[in-house]
Amino acid sequence: MDQIILQILNGLDKGSAYALIALGLTLIFGTLGVVNFAHGALFMLGAFCTVTLSRILGLSKEVIDETRTDFLGNPLKVDVPYIYDWFGESAGAAIIDWAVPLSILFSIPIMIAIGVAMERGLIKHFYKRPHADQILVTFGLAIVLQEIIKYYFGANQIPAPAPDAFIGSFDFGAAIGMDPGAIIYPYWRIVYFFFAMILIAAVFAFLQFTTFGMVVRAGMADRETVGLLGINIDRRFTIMFGIAAAVAGLAGVMYTPIVSPNYHMGMDFLVISFVVVVVGGMGSLPGAVLAGFVLGILESFASMREVIEFLPGINQVVIYLAAIIILLTRPRGLLGRKGVMED
Amino acid sequence: MLGLEKKDFNLLLIVAALVVLAPVLLNPFPEGSAMAQFNAGYPDLMQRFVIFGIFAIGFNILFGLTGYLSFGHAAFLGVGSYAGMWMLKLLSINVIPAIIFSMLIAGLVSLAIGYISLRRSGIYFSILTLAFAQMAFSLAASVLTPITGGETGLQTNLNDPRILPGFLGGGSSADGNIPKPSLFGIEMTATYEISVGNWLWTLNWGYAICAVVMLIAFYISIRIFRSPFGLMLRAIKSNQHRLSYTGLNTRPYMLACFVISGMYAGLAGGLMAAMDPQVGAERMQWTASGEVVLMTILGGVGTLIGPVLGAGLIKYFENIFSKINKATLEMWFSFAPDWLEGILVSIVYPFIGKGWHLTLGLMFMAVIIFLPGGLVEGGKRIGDWVRGKRGKAANDGAEVKTPAE
Amino acid sequence: MSKLNITRRGALKAGAAAGGALALPTYLRADGHAGFTNAPGDSSVTLGFNVPQTGPYADEGADELRAFELAVEHLNGEGDGGMLSTFSSKALDGAGILGRKVEYVTGDTQTKPDAARASARSMIEKDGAIMVSGGSSSGVAVAVQALCQEAGIIFMAGLTHSNDTTGKDKKANGFRHFFNSYMSGAALAPILANNYGTDRKAYHLTADYNWGYTTEEAVRTSTEAMGWETVAAVKTPLAQTDFSSYVAPVLNSGADVLVLNHYGGNMVNSLTSAVQFGLRAAEANGKNFEIIVPLYSRLMAKGAGENVKGIFGSTNWHWSLPDAGSMAFTRSFGTKYGFPPSQAAHTCYVQTLLYADAVTRAGSFNPCAVAEALEDFEFDGLGNGKTLYRGEDHQCFKDVLVVKGKENPDNEFDLLEIVEVTPAAQVTYDASIFGGELGTCNPGA
Repeated sequence: MDQIILQILNGLDKGSAYALIALGLTLIFGTLGVVNFAHGALFMLGAFCTVTLSRILGLSKEVIDETRTDFLGNPLKVDVPYIYDWFGESAGAAIIDWAVPLSILFSIPIMIAIGVAMERGLIKHFYKRPHADQILVTFGLAIVLQEIIKYYFGANQIPAPAPDAFIGSFDFGAAIGMDPGAIIYPYWRIVYFFFAMILIAAVFAFLQFTTFGMVVRAGMADRETVGLLGINIDRRFTIMFGIAAAVAGLAGVMYTPIVSPNYHMGMDFLVISFVVVVVGGMGSLPGAVLAGFVLGILESFASMREVIEFLPGINQVVIYLAAIIILLTRPRGLLGRKGVMED
Repeated sequence: MLGLEKKDFNLLLIVAALVVLAPVLLNPFPEGSAMAQFNAGYPDLMQRFVIFGIFAIGFNILFGLTGYLSFGHAAFLGVGSYAGMWMLKLLSINVIPAIIFSMLIAGLVSLAIGYISLRRSGIYFSILTLAFAQMAFSLAASVLTPITGGETGLQTNLNDPRILPGFLGGGSSADGNIPKPSLFGIEMTATYEISVGNWLWTLNWGYAICAVVMLIAFYISIRIFRSPFGLMLRAIKSNQHRLSYTGLNTRPYMLACFVISGMYAGLAGGLMAAMDPQVGAERMQWTASGEVVLMTILGGVGTLIGPVLGAGLIKYFENIFSKINKATLEMWFSFAPDWLEGILVSIVYPFIGKGWHLTLGLMFMAVIIFLPGGLVEGGKRIGDWVRGKRGKAANDGAEVKTPAE
Repeated sequence: MSKLNITRRGALKAGAAAGGALALPTYLRADGHAGFTNAPGDSSVTLGFNVPQTGPYADEGADELRAFELAVEHLNGEGDGGMLSTFSSKALDGAGILGRKVEYVTGDTQTKPDAARASARSMIEKDGAIMVSGGSSSGVAVAVQALCQEAGIIFMAGLTHSNDTTGKDKKANGFRHFFNSYMSGAALAPILANNYGTDRKAYHLTADYNWGYTTEEAVRTSTEAMGWETVAAVKTPLAQTDFSSYVAPVLNSGADVLVLNHYGGNMVNSLTSAVQFGLRAAEANGKNFEIIVPLYSRLMAKGAGENVKGIFGSTNWHWSLPDAGSMAFTRSFGTKYGFPPSQAAHTCYVQTLLYADAVTRAGSFNPCAVAEALEDFEFDGLGNGKTLYRGEDHQCFKDVLVVKGKENPDNEFDLLEIVEVTPAAQVTYDASIFGGELGTCNPGA
């Protein structure tokens, strides 16, 4: 029982990441009709916003420490962050420690700017082009973005730990009345799950309850008519692209303590997020979220030892197997509409 | 000629000429010159050009004619390679059984996958093929290790049985070396070199065989494009619903097309195993499937020659640009004064060697932004420009989906 | 018609220039007197350095490339000479190899066997490389080694740790300086028994591919011989990035040790997950829970950050070793690039030197002569103490380092501390235990 609850928690956690990326992907597809292969790269850029911010916070002057030596035997140059000078050592250290949560604020304007620039600079020229062309150009863009990151940050993973306050685990077992220690779960992963839920709720609320969102939804349903009503739907769609980029970026920011980022992390998520979107049903936002959690939980269960022993290799293929079964039984995914991307 | 219209026959002749002259055309720079780095006329790369050309031709029969975008085509290439490799291990080192068997097995596998995947269309079809290919890749790299050699891959070994008699390529080698894939005793690696002046041209048996197979494959693809069957496939692309309202069952046509395309991939895979006896599971990964999609789009979807050009371009970048290093750059720019050399090297350096992916990504974007129909469109524009019909080419714009072949 | 497999371009350049506008085809044999693939001309010799430049191991590959460049510099008598001065064999004099200036070409393995072979073939067929070295994974090493055997040139393996490279997939033209899974297990087990006791229950997470299998087997066998019990061994997909669902069940499985048979990104991520789930702070069966990483590298330790502290593993070489060879190499590398070399850099540097030395001692570039010079060659002064290149399987036998993540690093490179130098005798095994056939050396042509 405890193992099953544990894997459900893991599944919700993985599912959060899938759902956030798939949500952004569906927003772009639903509003602009563009298949965005660079979406994984946006996730990666978000994660590197965190890395950049912690580098900025850690900008240092060199102080020579005569008592210690470096690897060549010269006196060691110790880096003292400028931030220590400004805020004092303990406050400075605390700010650096909180780099990941601070990156949320840092990354939103950057990601929206990147998203808007991408849409205005490149994607808008591809609305009327075939999906194949969209795939090629966004894939090219994804490669370029990740190579730029690799050029500046290297190929190795860069650790970006959570603040000290979130290190450690929550005794979930004790909280639900089971044996203490039976189910413990890391704080940061719980934070990630709630963060994802809030973000998803915010996106839905934005679309549901604001005038802006209403127009966008109307535009998703029938772009032409909305345009005829004299509403500048293009500008709103541009903003939606920025928001989708920000959602992917925030998913990346908060993911850094879970898996240390490297330039390739977007590609790792690209295929899986497309599977999630399609299994959810092309263009359906609730579908993307639902499929994200369903596939996350399935993946977690398939990696249980008992399951692998029964079906060797199932952990390697479960997501794809599930995708095939779902698509064969429900032709347009879980919550898809008829006639979207079927030809 | 050969049952082809004049225009198509001319195209076939042009392709044949290109393939035959490839060893010369691909080595335009004299040996020892600084530009020799860009020569591509060595056996391995020439073989890769034509093998991936075959792969892309086959992919284009499916994607270009029917518009069904398979995102898992590399699985058939991989299956073909494994099948061919097992023939080289079990039966004989002769490449003919390997190539035939790889086509058969790939055909069977594509029949099974196609039968299921073709129940859906559009992106749902793409994801189904992707899912099958990713499953094949993951399993081949892990639990199927006894059959596939896992991540390390499958190779020929000294103790392989090779049951056919010796003159058909059976048996292990007595001299302690693994026999090389061959055609009735002619090894695929056998190479002659011709030097004229400072130029060096390499003639390789493996390439010759690949080239012949590729020309046959290209000829068949022209015939398919021009046949009633091909017309039916184009009809499916333009409006499958209307076609089914006329009482036609499109499924058998689609399935046949899918299997033909899969067999082309299997053929390419079998040739790869025959040219270089090593099969790795990553041949089936989604990136490999994506690569053939990119080749086709880059060259020109639905055109006869485009996919071959796209395949050549991508493989050229992969193999030539990745091998340029800082020392090479310093050699190129050594004519310049030191300060200028430093600047030039630091400008170019991010795009070569470990940065070749960046160049590739930029090229994808440039081609698709400026040449909506891919390289074939570019060639057509140049042709039009030469003929002074520039105005007409300029307003073709986005609608050009199937330029004339 | 004479037939040849791969011809030599060095002589051709000279010959063709003399031939002028020679219209008739000339079929060249590889070399009248040499009779082997890519025999070098009189002025220079080309080596091929095939390293991952893209993909997850690109940084490791970049470090290998730096080491190769340094080795070439030292062979050509430039720079400070590095380990040439500490190497026990004094055949190399800084005037290139056999009087020929060393040149090199580079390529990208992409950490994919297919791409690595394509790159190596281009080095052999286009650039006339006489030796290929480098690589950062066993899949690539095995694939390129087989290619070099077929083409008839020498392969000096880079970083490859699987038993297979010099075990079931060994080849007469291939040589490995790096240690292997078996040695890691044999070196680690006694240290683990000393530190953690002999009554331990281990839980293995194993990367689901060939290297993972051999490493799990090696560690299992050697720890079980010490009295440990293996509770479970779970295979994890190579492409996995979030290991939470594999790590989460460990704590309640009855195990008190977690062995992570992972390398590179896999290891960084699984270790991070394990620490997140509180395994390092936990207690099980009344003992402190422990984590073990059989194969360590400093680049990985950097990626895992704080999480590596106090965790045992093994490594081929570390820059903080106090012997003269290691110090000379670290000084030379550190002065040029500003940071200490990784173990991948070290093995690549050493392999290049060993090759050059073998050619010089053999007096010929012929792969068969080189192989003979390398076989059963004993040397010292290259950073691992006394080392033997065993002739039966072309594997080096030398001391193995057992290391631990350092608790209080002095500087950003000081991530591992050496716990024990396990003597070579303790990790030596019978060459036949992994099967495979070496075959005979192939000079090509």
